[in-house]
Formats: sequence, C-alpha cells, structure tokens
Amino acid sequence: MSRISPVSGPHTHNDASITQIMASVILALVPATAYGIYIYGWAALFLFCVTLISAVVFEFICLYLGKRPIRPALMDLSGILSAWLVALTLPPWAPWWIGVMGAACAIILGKQVFGGLGQNVFNPAMLARVILLISFPVQMTTWVVPQPMFSEQDPGIAAGFATTFGAQADWDSVTTASPMGHLKTELTLDKDISTIMADLPSYQDMGIGHIAGSLGETSALLILLGGLWLLIRGIISWQAPVALLATVAVLSALFHYNDPQNFAAPQFHLFNGALMLAAFFIVTDPVTTPSTARGQLIFGAGCGALVFIIRTWGAYPEAVGFAVLLMNCITPLIDYYLRPRIYGRTRRGQPLAIEEKRSGDES
Amino acid sequence: MRLFKFKGGVHPEGNKGATHCAIEQLPLPARLYVPLQQHIGAPATPVVKAGDKVLKGQLIAQSQGAVSAAVHAPSSGTIVDIAEHQAPHPSGLPVECIIIATDGKEQWIDLDVPKEPFHLSEKEIARRISDAGIVGLGGATFPSALKFNLGLKQRVETLVINGAECEPFLTSDDRLMQERTQKIVEGIRIMALGLNAQQTIIAVEDNKPLAVHAMTAACESYNDTNVLTVPTRYPMGSEKHLVFTVTGKEIPAGKLAADIGVMVHNAATAYAVYDAIYEGRPLVSRIVTVAGDAIRQPRNLEVLFGTLASELIDYCNGFEQEPARLLMGGPLMGLVIPNVNVPIIKGSNGIIALSQKEVRMGEQSPCIRCSRCVSACPCGLMPLDMAANIKAGNFDRAEDYGINDCISCGSCGYVCPANIPLVHFFNYAKGELKARAVAKQQQEYTSELAKQRQTRMEKIEKEKAAMAARAAAAKKAREAAAKAKAEQEEKEATS
Repeated sequence: MSRISPVSGPHTHNDASITQIMASVILALVPATAYGIYIYGWAALFLFCVTLISAVVFEFICLYLGKRPIRPALMDLSGILSAWLVALTLPPWAPWWIGVMGAACAIILGKQVFGGLGQNVFNPAMLARVILLISFPVQMTTWVVPQPMFSEQDPGIAAGFATTFGAQADWDSVTTASPMGHLKTELTLDKDISTIMADLPSYQDMGIGHIAGSLGETSALLILLGGLWLLIRGIISWQAPVALLATVAVLSALFHYNDPQNFAAPQFHLFNGALMLAAFFIVTDPVTTPSTARGQLIFGAGCGALVFIIRTWGAYPEAVGFAVLLMNCITPLIDYYLRPRIYGRTRRGQPLAIEEKRSGDES
Repeated sequence: MRLFKFKGGVHPEGNKGATHCAIEQLPLPARLYVPLQQHIGAPATPVVKAGDKVLKGQLIAQSQGAVSAAVHAPSSGTIVDIAEHQAPHPSGLPVECIIIATDGKEQWIDLDVPKEPFHLSEKEIARRISDAGIVGLGGATFPSALKFNLGLKQRVETLVINGAECEPFLTSDDRLMQERTQKIVEGIRIMALGLNAQQTIIAVEDNKPLAVHAMTAACESYNDTNVLTVPTRYPMGSEKHLVFTVTGKEIPAGKLAADIGVMVHNAATAYAVYDAIYEGRPLVSRIVTVAGDAIRQPRNLEVLFGTLASELIDYCNGFEQEPARLLMGGPLMGLVIPNVNVPIIKGSNGIIALSQKEVRMGEQSPCIRCSRCVSACPCGLMPLDMAANIKAGNFDRAEDYGINDCISCGSCGYVCPANIPLVHFFNYAKGELKARAVAKQQQEYTSELAKQRQTRMEKIEKEKAAMAARAAAAKKAREAAAKAKAEQEEKEATS
C-alpha cells in the first residue's frame, strides 16, 4: 500500500476495521461449525484443520512470491474466512487432500491470482466448491450419517484420523445420500414426492441439521442465528439474504402447490444444501457482490432463481455454487448500471429541472 | 413543520463538551498578522503602508474584483509591515499579511450607525454588508454581500439560517446562539429584509437544546421566523443537505440555492450583520472554539483576526499531549495547519487538536468493497469506484461517476474500515480535472486565435491579390492608353 499522509479530512474515524469485520463473520460461523464437527466426529475436525492450515500456507507462499507485505495480509483473517467457508462445504469424511485442494483453489485461484484481497471476481469458497465437485465427484458426494462425538456411534479419534489421513477405509456402513441427492435420484426414477419424503429425515431434523450433508451446512437454524447476529451488528445488510431466500421460497412454493408430487416443498429447499449458508455468508461477501442496495436485491434474487432452476432441472442436486459464480460474473455490470441517484440529479444523471412556477408565484 | 431526511450521512461522536464554556474575550495580542486573503476569491488590496497609524475598524485593504471582501484593522495600532507570513493552510506556504503592532487602546474609528436600521433599502443593506467585509462565517467564507446582491435579482422565498454546527467539537455558533440570541435574531431580521424573504427558518441540530431554547424564545413574536430542530446527523450543515432537510427541495446540480428560491446564511454571519448594521462595526473578530482531546482546557474565545493560534492555545493552558493532528475547523472537514504560528481568519470557527486516539487512523488496507462508503455518502455517489478509478489514473471515469457532485464532507472516509483516504483522492482528482478543463479552455482559445489569424491572413492575402489585380489592370490600362497615345502621335506625325 502506498504511504501518503493525507491532509484532507476526515481527521477522525469510526473504529471499524477489516480484521474486525472478518473476525465477526468467523464468530458468527462458530456455532454451525461446532455443531458440524460435533455430529460428524473427529474426521470432520481433522479435515477442517487441514483446510485452514493449508490456506495459511498457500497464502504465505503467494504473498512471498508476489513480494507483497505478508503480515498485514495474513492478519486480516480474510484468507482464514475463505478457507473456513470452503471447509464447511466439504463432505465431513473427505480425505485430507480434498481439504488441501479446496484451500488451494480458494486462495490461489480464487483470490491471489487476481491480486489479493478485494480484487477477485468470484467468491473464493464457491469457486473451490465447484472446482472440487466437478473434479472429484465421488469424494465430493460421499456423505455420512451423523455420529456425534463422545456418543456410542463415535468411531473414536484414531478412526477419525485414519478416515482423514489414511487410505479410504471401509465405511460403507455409514455412508448415505444427502436429502438433496436422494430426492434428485428418486425423482429421476419417477417416484413422487410424498413417497420420497417418507424415506427422508423429518423437517425438524433438517432444520436443526441432524442429517447427512456438508461439514457445516446442515444446521439451517444455527447458520440463521449467526446471520441474524451479523445483521444486527450491521456487518451485513439484509437485501441480498432476503432476496435470495424469498426468491427460492416463492418459486418453490409456486411449483410445489401447483404440482406437489413433482416439486419439493419450499421448506425442503430452505433447510437443505448450502442455501442458508449462502444467504448469510456467501451472497453477503462484499468483494464479489454489488455495492448498492438495489444491486444487492437483484443479486440475491438472481442467485435464488438460478438455485431453484438448477436444483429442479439441472444435473446436480445442489446449485448454490453455480448460481453464485454465475451472478458474480454480472456484479460489475450491476454496479455500473445501478448507481444510486446523485443529489440534485435525475437517475439518468441530468441536473434536476427548476420548477418554473413556485408556490409563491401562484398566490 | 415537516422535516425531510437526506440519504446517507454519519453519526460521529459529538464531543460538544465546550457547549458549557461561556465566550471569553482573548486578551489583546501585541501583534496581529492580518492576511489579505481571508475569503474565497481575489485577495484584498492594501490601502495602508508600513508606519501608518490605524484605528480599530479602519479599512486597511479593499475588496478587489468581482468576488472579494474588504479587510479592516482588528485593533488600533501601527502598521509594522506588509509582508509574507505562514498561512492557515496545509501547505504552510506564506501569504501576504498586514502586520499591526497594537497600541492597547482598542480605539474605534468613527462608526456610521444608521438611525433607523429597519428603514434601510435592500441595496443599502447589501452595501453596508459589503463595506463591513462580511463573509460566510460557517467556514466557506464566500463574500456575503454577493449573496445579497443575488437576492436583489432573484426572488428569495425562504431564508435559512444555518445553526446546525454539525462538526464534532465545534461549539462557537452554539455559544453565540445561547449568549447573544437577541442580536442574532435582529441580524436575521435585517437579512430577511435585505433579501425580501417571505419566511425565515433557523435550523439548529437537536444536540444543542440550550441554543434551540434561547432562539425559540427570541423568535416567538415573529410569525415569519421559525426555529426548526433538525436531527443531529453529519453533514447537516452542508448547504445542499440543510436546504433539503428543511424544505424538501434539492438544489439542482450546478445551480445555487437561490435558483430554487432559498438563501442560506450562517448563524455567526447573522451576528456579524447585526454588528455591521446596528453598530456600524466592520467584521474584525469572531468566536473560535479551542478544543480537541489534546487541548488542556477547551474554551470558546472571541478573537481578533490576525491573532496567532499559539495565543489561543496558550490561553487554554496549552496541549495536554502532542497533537497528532492540529486543525483549523472541525475534524471532518477542517484543514490541517502546519504549526501554531498561523493567524485566525474570518473562516476559523475552531482550532482543534486531536490525539492519535481520536484520529483512529490505522494502517491503510485494500478496499474490500464493503460499500459502507456508498451508504454513508449523502450525495448518492459511489466513493469506492471513484477512488479506484482515480488510483488507476482514470479521471474521465471518475467524472462520469459524479466526482464533481462530491462536497468533500468526508463521511465516506469516516466509515471506511480499510482507512483509505478517499477525500484525499477526490480532492486530488478535482484539482486535476479543473487543471485539465483550464488547459482545454486555453487550448481552445489558442486554436480559436490561430483560426482567426488564419482567416485574417487569408483576407489580407485576398485583398493583396485584389489590389495587385487592380494595380495590374490599371497599369495595363495606362499602358494601353500610353500606347494608344503613342500610336496616335505617331499617326499624327506621319500624317
């Protein structure tokens, strides 16, 4: 960064800082993360740590090679946050190299090649998720049933270590499909929704997150809680999350109530997959989303529509990653064309007309 | 009356502790360094020379050019010199000053006091305001008389008195409204008369309850004058935003408030107008708030122009700690002054010394496009994109983003979590764009001149050619005539 000592005002500032913003977001993710690690056991914890540590290493290497200041860039916590989000999207029992690959995609391809913090076009976590999903479809869609730590099902710390770092152990007995994946498969087999739903966990379990799914995405409730805390703190704004959730809810409701046997209910869409995480932690990413309130509404709504379309008619059961990346592409356009109205000007930038007849002249 | 809410703005800590510090008269300094330029426009021209004795209130430099203001001797004494002295400007460059050694007598010049101030004509009021050297005392220092002359041409419906004082720490207008209420109200009524305004709105932020109370009580008997309590929100004191808040009308881009029938004057200016019209006194002093967390004893002082800032700070028992920023004006829009040896001028509403703790300017980090600046901008601009374009040297794009509509209020920089000096970029770009516009104008003028010369030369060439043609024709005719004559003669000779 250039060092200039500015003589222009303001000469006082509020006490917000980048680190503080990033730390708040991380803090808001802690409940959902802790819950995920708890229900998926030691393997999830190992994978989470591997992802975070490798992100720091990759960031360090990039900064070193780019001859950029290392300490401030590592200390702003933005890299940690990206890696954290990547880890939450991974299948909890995925091998260690999936975590390393995810961190590499997010930090190197998603952030540093563009020039570091604030320069990237795509959301790093979503970019990593999509690359991994396309490159390693088996590892990225192998889910396990919850087996909480310290419970009877807990395979223990050694087994967890073997799951993450060892060869693919035989854990066929615990793998299962995620509700979204299950729905997709069964629908292609021409089963109707009510039959499929009977095999799936209850909506209560889906909301709490006691289902098979990504490491930290399953608990819609805890993610919502963290998101609301960020909203109250003023770290994120309401436009994009509300637009995203409302669009998905409205579209799925329209289709579901028209044809309940072929389209899943809105609550199914809201509680499953990465939707809740995306609403509060992905479409609120300042770097890759629009800067204006109207732009954020459009961005959220666009993501919502794409999520519903891809989930319903696309080849993949989950759509959030693709939807976000597609909308990221048009963020610069939204920002360019949807600027706020300037004081004293019309929306098109022309000076306001002077009212020829003033109230005083009429009397 | 209904209030309108402008978009954006920020809520910095008020720090208005000095609201309880009564105005004190600063002891007369031994020397005054009175700059010739204390206003927007051309510097005044001195009408005195070294060695002259002057009385308090005597004209020492007259206004020069269309936009300028007169300067008067702040106290009686002897002119020591007319020389350069450090200006209250970040550059620390010198400015031409009239240096007066005061004699301690504070002897006023004969004052011209009108018998019936309320029977003065509008023109006469404007003239007296001009003669008194009054400029906008809110900090903009635009010569006030020009606004009154404009008022003669344009119909002013509403006179808005700006008592918002939205900058943190400043309490000079607040104290003035509390202590000299009656005089301000008289000044306001003269202003309304001079502008022929139908109604007057006195706008005061709600963090000044004592001032609101005093002003409301003083205006009770006037139907056409209302005190409006406006919300405390920076930049409420900006003319554009105050006009919108109290009238709901926006000043169109590139126009003046007068174009929509509104005129805004500062509360301290109204007090100066009272002094000029009722007492016949020119503007020679003002109220200055000395505050900031690096000042030991914050005070509100009545100070003669030309007094060095060091005298004020000494009177306030000096610095509690080394100030990180020393400012003339408020912490949001004030100017950094290089040291304490700069004189107080007409626009100095405060001397503010801030510690590093109050400045809270951390290391600059990259923009994460959090768009807090977009939400904070009261003008509807996108500071982050303007700054990014300026950084890339893309000034035309910055202009397209509306940089010329920026009022440099600093709301964006105040909220920026990355500590990016946004206003610094904008001021730089505005200067650059202005320089370009001037260069372009000069270029156009030069090419226009060249074109004119070309046509002129062509015309001359044509005329020359025509003349040559005429001369040739004449010569031919003459030759023909001569030949004919010769032939004739020859004929005659032969015959």
